[in-house]
Amino acid sequence: MTVTDTHTDFVAPTGREEAWRFTPLKSLRGIYSEINSPVPPQLTIDAAAGVVVTSVDTTALPAASGPVDWSSAIARAATTQSTVITLPRDFVDSTPTVVRIEGSGVDTPSVAHIVINAELFSRGVVVLEHSGSATYSANVEINVADGAHLTVVSIQSWSADTVHLGRQHAVVGRDATFRSFIATFGGKVVRLVPTVEYAGPGGNAELMGVFFADAGQHLEHRSLIDHAVPHCRSNVMYKGALKGDPALGPEGIARTVWVGDVIIRAAAIGTETYELNRNLVLTDAARADSVPNLEIETGEIVGAGHASATGRFDDEQLFYLQSRGIPADVATRLVVRGFFADVITKLGVPEWESHLQAAIDSELGLAAGSESEDDQSEDDQAVDEATA
Amino acid sequence: MATLDIRDLHVSVNAEGGPREILRGVDLTVKQGETHAIMGPNGSGKSTLAYSVAGHPKYTITSGTVTLDGEDVLAMTVDQRARAGLFLAMQYPVEVPGVSVSNFLRTSVTAVKGEAPKLRTWVKEMRTAMDALSMDPAFAERNVNEGFSGGEKKRHEILQMELLKPKIAILDETDSGLDVDALKVVSEGVNRVASSGEVGVLLITHYTRILRYIRPDFVHVFVDGRIVAEGGPELADALEADGYDRYIKAAASA
Repeated sequence: MTVTDTHTDFVAPTGREEAWRFTPLKSLRGIYSEINSPVPPQLTIDAAAGVVVTSVDTTALPAASGPVDWSSAIARAATTQSTVITLPRDFVDSTPTVVRIEGSGVDTPSVAHIVINAELFSRGVVVLEHSGSATYSANVEINVADGAHLTVVSIQSWSADTVHLGRQHAVVGRDATFRSFIATFGGKVVRLVPTVEYAGPGGNAELMGVFFADAGQHLEHRSLIDHAVPHCRSNVMYKGALKGDPALGPEGIARTVWVGDVIIRAAAIGTETYELNRNLVLTDAARADSVPNLEIETGEIVGAGHASATGRFDDEQLFYLQSRGIPADVATRLVVRGFFADVITKLGVPEWESHLQAAIDSELGLAAGSESEDDQSEDDQAVDEATA
Repeated sequence: MATLDIRDLHVSVNAEGGPREILRGVDLTVKQGETHAIMGPNGSGKSTLAYSVAGHPKYTITSGTVTLDGEDVLAMTVDQRARAGLFLAMQYPVEVPGVSVSNFLRTSVTAVKGEAPKLRTWVKEMRTAMDALSMDPAFAERNVNEGFSGGEKKRHEILQMELLKPKIAILDETDSGLDVDALKVVSEGVNRVASSGEVGVLLITHYTRILRYIRPDFVHVFVDGRIVAEGGPELADALEADGYDRYIKAAASA
């Protein structure tokens, strides 16, 4: 078995497949195998000036590129209208185009198909922000044309009852850069599959992610980078925190899954790839699975590596910080912020970086940083600069 | 003047086969401005005393009292003890990945002093303190204790003591694992803090070597969970010459 063919088995999942073995199928309200009479979610789009947004008949669009599994295929088949967001040729603007996706309740399945096209030499940012209650399955197809530079941020701030299955596939053109940033905080079960293929040499893909699972949440991220073209790069960096509630028994378990598949095909000489997953376990009643898979069919590469580690914020660290006068809640926030900082600062969109930081603080069950604490963090930067 | 008062302290840890008593009735008074040395062989319970006063959850206080200026230290959380003016320099400082030294120090000083120090004076203060301990400014950007050498960890502990300005500082085997140069730097730091007269120092050590650089006012010999002999600096000299054997034999036959 190779890392890719698990994604092309074209049958409804049973839970025994490698790609589904971690997923609690029973909690998915059936949307992984069958979708009847779906409704669209409520979409609100705040487009940057010059970005073109259209709604088109899904059947008029070309078939999905790249690996498609059963659940994403049936979601696309059940979708009638697609939203197409286009950054025109030579468009350059760091102002994000924000797509707000509001759930339409858990009782009726909802589906969506969103296409993001970054045309030749364009450069921009698209944010998908998910909230509310939903039983939702979506396909996001991303085309990054030659020389383009696109950042797609997908934030899952769902309510606690939401199920979200999502495929986010990017085709990266010659000398193009695709940056994916996935941040998952809400939802009962969220299973996202970001996949990348290259359409020409010189392509660069960076897949970054943060997730924070509380009691009763299953948050699963499975990336696949398919290097079939020479001289392309990929870098995957996902960090997760888990905070279960042992008092709630099995319902209190915080659960995360990260699977990072990278395949370097025989033709993909000059490939450079690295993937990293770190998980921070804050409590008992937590389980993190971390599975990097690297399959290499050519020795003519620049580099390939992976790292995976799951560690605990342990009592000794807490004691050390507390023994310096720092209260337990502040100590926890200090450690968790520090843990996520190197990923979050990679996002490169300041307003959304602070949005993510606030989301993580709120996951910790701590009051969002007060004004004086904000001052302090600014001061810290100043200290860093002053001491550098 | 701040006073740490330890009275008839008994402490146990959970071991295989049930709780094991490690401290068997410790009496000790440390006042601001005094330097005390607690000396004893391995396994005598010196570090247990340090960690029990700091509030490590591993240790169970079975009887006795610890007060700081009459306030019940044992009723305080670990962070409350630090804010009340107690400081423990650890033998094995803990790594905290992802948290920079500068962020950690400022958070700590803010917690202990109750307000964030003014940025300009703070940077100057931190730099001066680091410089005095021969620490490179780049140190501030490293993660707390991560990848630090033994000497760097101990300097970092003393740096914290200088910045937090505790009333009572307990130094747990700060000298262990240091070469003589690092020992001198660390000792100078302790002497600088002690010479202010604002801090009571309780120096826990296995070796007499550090007492060539830090002159204690009082020396206590610690054997088998209690203090078995007390005296002035001359007692350290006697220990240097004769070792602990006399006290160990006396404790065993007691």
